[in-house]
Amino acid sequence: MPIEVLMPALSPTMTEGKLAKWVKKEGDEVKSGDVLAEIETDKATMEVEAVDEGRIGKILVAEGTENVAVNTPIAVILEDGEDSVESKPAVEESTPKVAAQPVVQDSGARPDSTLPTGPTKGPAAAPPASDEDKFFDKTVKKTVREALRDAMAEEMRRDPTVFLMGEEVAQYQGAYKVSQGLLQEFGADRVIDTPITEIGFAGLGVGAAFRGLRPIVEFMTFNFAMQAIDHIVNSAAKTLYMSGGQMGCPIVFRGPNGAAARVAAQHSQDFTPWYASVPGLKVVAPYSASDFKGLMKSAIRDPNPVIFLENEILYGQSFEVPESEDFIVPIGRAKIRRAGTDVTITAHSLMVSYALAAAELLEKDGISAEVIDLRTIRPLDTETIVNSVKKTNRLVTVEEAWPTCGIGAELSALMMEQAFDYLDAPVIRVTGLDVPMPYAANLEKLVLPSPDRIAEAAKKACYRK
Amino acid sequence: MAASRRRPKAQTDSASKQAASAEDLIKYYREMLLIRRFEEKAGQLYGMGLIGGFCHLYIGQEAVVVGIQAALKDNDDVITSYRDHGHMLACGMDPKGVMAELTGRRGGYSKGKGGSMHMFSREKNFYGGHGIVGAQVPLGTGLAFSHKYNKDDGLSAVYCGDGAINQGQVYESFNMAALWKLPVLYVIENNKYAMGTSQERASAGELHQRGAAYGIPGHQVNGMDVLEVREAADKWVEYIRAGNGPVILEMKTYRYRGHSMSDPAKYRTKEEVEKMRSESDPIDNLKRVLLEGAYVTEDQLKEIDREVKAVVTEAAEFAQQSPEPDPAELWTDVLVEA
Repeated sequence: MPIEVLMPALSPTMTEGKLAKWVKKEGDEVKSGDVLAEIETDKATMEVEAVDEGRIGKILVAEGTENVAVNTPIAVILEDGEDSVESKPAVEESTPKVAAQPVVQDSGARPDSTLPTGPTKGPAAAPPASDEDKFFDKTVKKTVREALRDAMAEEMRRDPTVFLMGEEVAQYQGAYKVSQGLLQEFGADRVIDTPITEIGFAGLGVGAAFRGLRPIVEFMTFNFAMQAIDHIVNSAAKTLYMSGGQMGCPIVFRGPNGAAARVAAQHSQDFTPWYASVPGLKVVAPYSASDFKGLMKSAIRDPNPVIFLENEILYGQSFEVPESEDFIVPIGRAKIRRAGTDVTITAHSLMVSYALAAAELLEKDGISAEVIDLRTIRPLDTETIVNSVKKTNRLVTVEEAWPTCGIGAELSALMMEQAFDYLDAPVIRVTGLDVPMPYAANLEKLVLPSPDRIAEAAKKACYRK
Repeated sequence: MAASRRRPKAQTDSASKQAASAEDLIKYYREMLLIRRFEEKAGQLYGMGLIGGFCHLYIGQEAVVVGIQAALKDNDDVITSYRDHGHMLACGMDPKGVMAELTGRRGGYSKGKGGSMHMFSREKNFYGGHGIVGAQVPLGTGLAFSHKYNKDDGLSAVYCGDGAINQGQVYESFNMAALWKLPVLYVIENNKYAMGTSQERASAGELHQRGAAYGIPGHQVNGMDVLEVREAADKWVEYIRAGNGPVILEMKTYRYRGHSMSDPAKYRTKEEVEKMRSESDPIDNLKRVLLEGAYVTEDQLKEIDREVKAVVTEAAEFAQQSPEPDPAELWTDVLVEA
């Protein structure tokens, strides 16, 4: 059957083009790969190659013709034994002209109502259930550093596919001593010192996770994870989706995040909002040692990539931690650290301690603040925050990160969407100031949130001086 | 390339031919032809607007992936960049599922959510399909790491181009792979052009020597000859499996088409492309070996051609008939629900 050659689209944006030149003429033999014609697209002059073998029976569009629409028949190829184009030329059976819409037309804007509503767009989903409280009848005092080590050790005993890798995690026992004793217990096959090569070992960890291992990748600090962020975002977070659900990435990226003390701009930065914006990631930023332990265990068991944001200043702080190895804290559940009635203050990581200190200050002024420790940033426990705001009608958000597009900005937008009618005052954000971190002690202090700044914001939200 | 131009027939007498059975030769011919015809059809469907976005064709480079694959076992992994259709077919993935992914349909390997550059098959140990130049190299090194961790005798074949080889993360990977003796075969597909930039304008030194400082053996192979590729792969895969660590094979190859569908390829002459096609085509050359060695008759080759064409036709039909993904698919596979 004669085969029609169609005007091809030769770029993602081409809808028509000029048939600049016929390289083959009627009667010429063609085989696949032969250049038939030259076409001028919206970008360049391109060659059209034959896919089928045969002889040019008829040229349907003369050379020099402009504005030839994509998918217009431009020639007919006759196969062996055919000598006429009179019989109705049909497009080769393998290439029926169905739905040959130019790609660009498909990208047109559609009314929002036709877009399916995602899980994050509706009313706040309930956080996962938790039985964590029942384990606090028997506790022991531990530092955050010890709690993290215990969590990793317990999970490594439980699951042989779990391993730890990073700079100085093995022989040095961790740059911040978080992995103390792990090399001795689990050996060099499972506690692995890497070269200083963040994108390399982050990518290597992701590849290992594709094949079902459960790597814990330590970044000495999250500042250095910027070298590796391509693998976190493009490889770890997206592959499940890009593979249609075939290939998950059970990995934990962990390390200290945010400002330490006097280490200046390149070593003092809170990346929480960066990772929290990425679908396919979970993001955790605990405050207490028990949450560090319970959430680390959840993170290691989670089949998804988890960004586990620690804090250098918290490492040495002690908290009561349940003794039971069954104690676990689910990802996605906030915790009310202090109940109150006048204003809600949200915070995560080290900022929780500042928020609690601010609540003490506010109490002296007769203001009852409710402090919510977000614990997980993605997925955010919006329900707990909304319920609190329905009670207090006021929200102050606290974070170390810069203000623009931060967690406070997100919470503020969420309150507009989900608690607008309950707000008696604008949401107020307390954030790190919008500058790179300075080195000088006095300047550094000015950049970071403080209990005083938080208390001041809460008073403002309560219209109090 | 000069080598293959000088002696297009030399392969008939090489030791590699001796090692390859008639059955092998026919298999390689069929596999290379399938890739060629599949890619031509993909180009045609792109022209009809049925495939969108970026589409990078493998035409010209078929001998590389077919020759390497011949040396691998079922438990070995393959990972590559975005010029990936040939690798999927060589891994034994279903052409229907690959083509339907190109058209963004429900029947595609990624349910239409990945596209030309992002396909995977757990079953066939094909790990993508990665769109960031060079990123597949540490990922593939991680696959090798997991083989070593599991002590399962598998290895990973990690493909990258002559463009990716200049990325820093490639050297971070070489370092760790050599340090830890990971079972990984790095295959540099040197098709001479990183998009529009020739190797001479982008890369200092010889690519196969890029692992020398790490003690990684590196060799240059005529990537237009499937038998030479297989011979090199056989030898070095054995070396890797023996626990000696990584190896680099630089495949001197050539892509006939542009970098992607919308690349007019003005950075090289038509004569250069034509010379390569007429003198070094991996399929034509193997066809000559098959006929001169009387392994097959012309009729048998025509029958193979017909069979391959039927497979590709079926794939193209499936890719157009398979429905678009359900809008509800937007929200699935973002996270594994525990």
